[in-house]
Amino acid sequence: MKAYKAAAILTLAASLALATGCGSRTEPTTTEGSGETEDKVAKIGVIAPLTGDLSSFGKGIQYSVQLAVKQANESGAIPGWTLEVVPLDDQATPDVGQNAANQLASMDDVIALVGTMNSSVAQPVQPIVDAANIAMVSPANTNTSLTKGADLENPVRPYKSFYRLCASDDKQGPFAAKYLLTKGIKTAATVHDKKVYGQGLVDAFTEYYEANGGKVVAAETINPEDTDYSTVVTKVKSANPEIVYYGGEYPQGAPLSAQMKDAGLKVAEIGGDGNYTTEYQKLAGEAAEGDLTTSVGAPLDTLDSAKAYLDGYAAGGYDVDPGAYGGYAYDAANVIIEALKTTLKDAADVKSAREATVAAIQNVKIEGATGEIAFDEFGDNTNRVLTVYKSEGDAWVSEYINTIE
Amino acid sequence: MDVIIEQCLNGLSLGSLYALIAVGYTVVYGIVQLINFAHGEIFMVGAFGSLTIWLLAGSPTDMSIGFALGVMLPLMVIGGIIFSVLTAMLTEKIAYKPLRSAPRLAPFISAIGISVFLQELVRLFYGQIPGFPDARNKIKYPTITGISGASVDIGGVQLKMTTVFILCALAICTLFLWFYINRTKVGRAMVATSQDQMTARLMGIDVDHVILSAFAVGAGLAAVAGIAQGLYIGDIGYKMGFMAGMKAFTAAVLGGIGNINGAVVGGLVLGVVEAFASQLGDTAWKDVWAFVILILVLVFRPQGIMGAKVVDRA
Repeated sequence: MKAYKAAAILTLAASLALATGCGSRTEPTTTEGSGETEDKVAKIGVIAPLTGDLSSFGKGIQYSVQLAVKQANESGAIPGWTLEVVPLDDQATPDVGQNAANQLASMDDVIALVGTMNSSVAQPVQPIVDAANIAMVSPANTNTSLTKGADLENPVRPYKSFYRLCASDDKQGPFAAKYLLTKGIKTAATVHDKKVYGQGLVDAFTEYYEANGGKVVAAETINPEDTDYSTVVTKVKSANPEIVYYGGEYPQGAPLSAQMKDAGLKVAEIGGDGNYTTEYQKLAGEAAEGDLTTSVGAPLDTLDSAKAYLDGYAAGGYDVDPGAYGGYAYDAANVIIEALKTTLKDAADVKSAREATVAAIQNVKIEGATGEIAFDEFGDNTNRVLTVYKSEGDAWVSEYINTIE
Repeated sequence: MDVIIEQCLNGLSLGSLYALIAVGYTVVYGIVQLINFAHGEIFMVGAFGSLTIWLLAGSPTDMSIGFALGVMLPLMVIGGIIFSVLTAMLTEKIAYKPLRSAPRLAPFISAIGISVFLQELVRLFYGQIPGFPDARNKIKYPTITGISGASVDIGGVQLKMTTVFILCALAICTLFLWFYINRTKVGRAMVATSQDQMTARLMGIDVDHVILSAFAVGAGLAAVAGIAQGLYIGDIGYKMGFMAGMKAFTAAVLGGIGNINGAVVGGLVLGVVEAFASQLGDTAWKDVWAFVILILVLVFRPQGIMGAKVVDRA
C-alpha cells in the first residue's frame, strides 16, 4: 500500500513537472483568417523566449509579427492565401530552440520564420531551417558570425536562408566605444557573461576602444547563474575605471549596476541592447540613474515611419510593450510578406514556394517601421543606425543617434 | 590592502549564506542519510515568503529606521521562516516519509521532483495573486532602511550594512543551533537518532517527530539566508535556489556532512576561497578553484574538514 501510494505521488509529481514544462511550448495560437474558407493557409513561425527572464522581449516579437500578419490578412495582401502565425517558445535555450526549429521544419505549410532572439539559439536553428528551405529573418540576433561565418577576416555567408535586420555585435560594441571616446571617457572596465552575445559585444568594444585611444583597465566575467557579483565589483573598483562596459542581458546587468553602486563603485554601466528594457530600471532601482545602453535602430517614437506600427500595437491591447525588437519583428514579418506577394501568388502549395521565397527576400526593399530596409550580400540590413540611451527615472532617453560603418 | 579586506568581507558574506543553507543539508543527512535536493527551493520559498509579508504590509518604501528595523524586518524574517518551515514539513510528510523504507535512491528522486515542483509553483502562480509581481522574471527585493543601500566608507574600506546583517544573522543562528542541539530535549533526541536510529527508537524517542524537527530547523535557517540574500544582492527569483543549493551542498560536504559546525566552517571557507580566486585569478575560474579545494580536501580528508570518521555499525 505504501509503495503504491509513493508511486502514485511520484507519477503525479512527474506529470505535473512535464505539464508545466511543456505546456506553453505546444499551443500555437493562430490569428484568425478573413473568414473565406477557400483561402489556402501559409504559416509564419516565430521562435523566441516566450517564458522566462527574457519573455518581455520575446512576447514583443510575437505580438509584432501577429500584428503584421493580421494587417496583411485584413488588406488581402496575398490573394487566395491566408497567413497564420505559429509562435514557439525557445526559453532562450539552444536545445529548446532546436526542438522548435525541428517542429517547424516538419510542418508542410510553414513558409518562413521570424526569430530568434538569442544568438546562441539561432546557431542550432539556422542549419535546420536552411535544410528545409525555410527563410529565417531575424529581428534581434546580433552575433556577427551568423551572417559572416567564424572568420571575420574572410567573411563567408554560411546560410543563404538567413537574413537579419538589426546591426550586429561588430557594430554595437564599436558604437558604444565611439560614443565614450567622443565624450572623453578614456578608461573602461569590461564585464561579460561568457555567452556568445556578451563576449561578442565585449570583444568588439575592446578592439575599437583600444585602437582609438581608450584603455580597458580590467576585463572580468560573471556566471549568468550567479546572483552575487560583489567579488567582481571589488576587483573592478580597484582598477578605477571611468565606466563599466557590460556584455550581457538585463537579468544580470541590472543587479550588477545596483551592486556596483552599493559597493562604492559609483560610475555608470554601459551595456548593449540586452540591457535596453525598462525591466532594467525596475531591477536596479535608483542605481540605474545615469546608466547607458546602446540599441539597434533609432528610437521608434522619434521615427515618423514607426507611427503606424506603434498605433497599431497600442490598439492591439497586448500585455507587454514592443520592447527593443518589436519594430524589427514587425518589419521582419513585412519583409517576408513582401516576398510572398510574388512567390506565393501562383504557387500550388507552400512547400514548392519555399526556395523562391528564400531568394526573393534578398531583393526586397521596403519602407519599414524602423526605416528603409534592404539586404547586403551577407543578408545583413544595409540600414545600420544605432542609438545610445541614458537611464532617467524609470525610462531610457535617447542620447546619441548615429550610424557606424 | 583595502581590496583584500573588501574581498574578505565579500567572501564571508557569501560564505555565511552558504553556511546557513548548508546546515539544512547536514542536519537532515545526519539523521536520515537523505540528500534533500529540494532544500535550495526551501531557501527560495523563504525569500518569497518575506516578500509576501512586505507586500501584505502595503509595500512600504520610505520607512523610518525604527519602523524598518523594529517592525518590518522582524515581521519579514518571521514570515519567511513560517513559509519555509511549513513548506519543508509538508514536503517531508508528502514526499519523504512514505518512502522511508524504500531504497535510498527513491527519496532522492522525489527530492528532485519536489525541487522542480516548487520552482514551477512559484514561477507560475506567484504573479497570479492580485497585486503580486510576476515571478517569471527576477523581482527587486524591498529595501530596508538602515540595511539596504550604499556602503559606508571606513578608512577606505567599503562596508555594506547588508554584510553586517548577514554576519550577525549567521552568529545568532549558530548560537541558536548550539543551544537547540545541546540544551533542548528535541536537540538531544536528534543527536541520539543520528547516532543510532534503532536504539533511539527503543529508548522511547519519537523518531518521526525528530526527523520532522530536523527539516524544520534547516528550513528556518534557509529562510534567514533567503532574506539575507535578498537584502544583500537586491533581487530574488524562482531560480535562486538551484545554484545556492549546489554551493551549500558542496559546503556541507567540504565541512563534513552530518556535522553542523562543519557546515558553517565549510560555507565560510568556500565563500572566502571564491572571493580570493576571483581577486587573484580570472573571475571565470572562481568556481573551478572552489571545486579544486573541495577535491583536495576530500582526497586527503574524505570525511571533510570537521567530519568524524564513520565507524561501521555491526
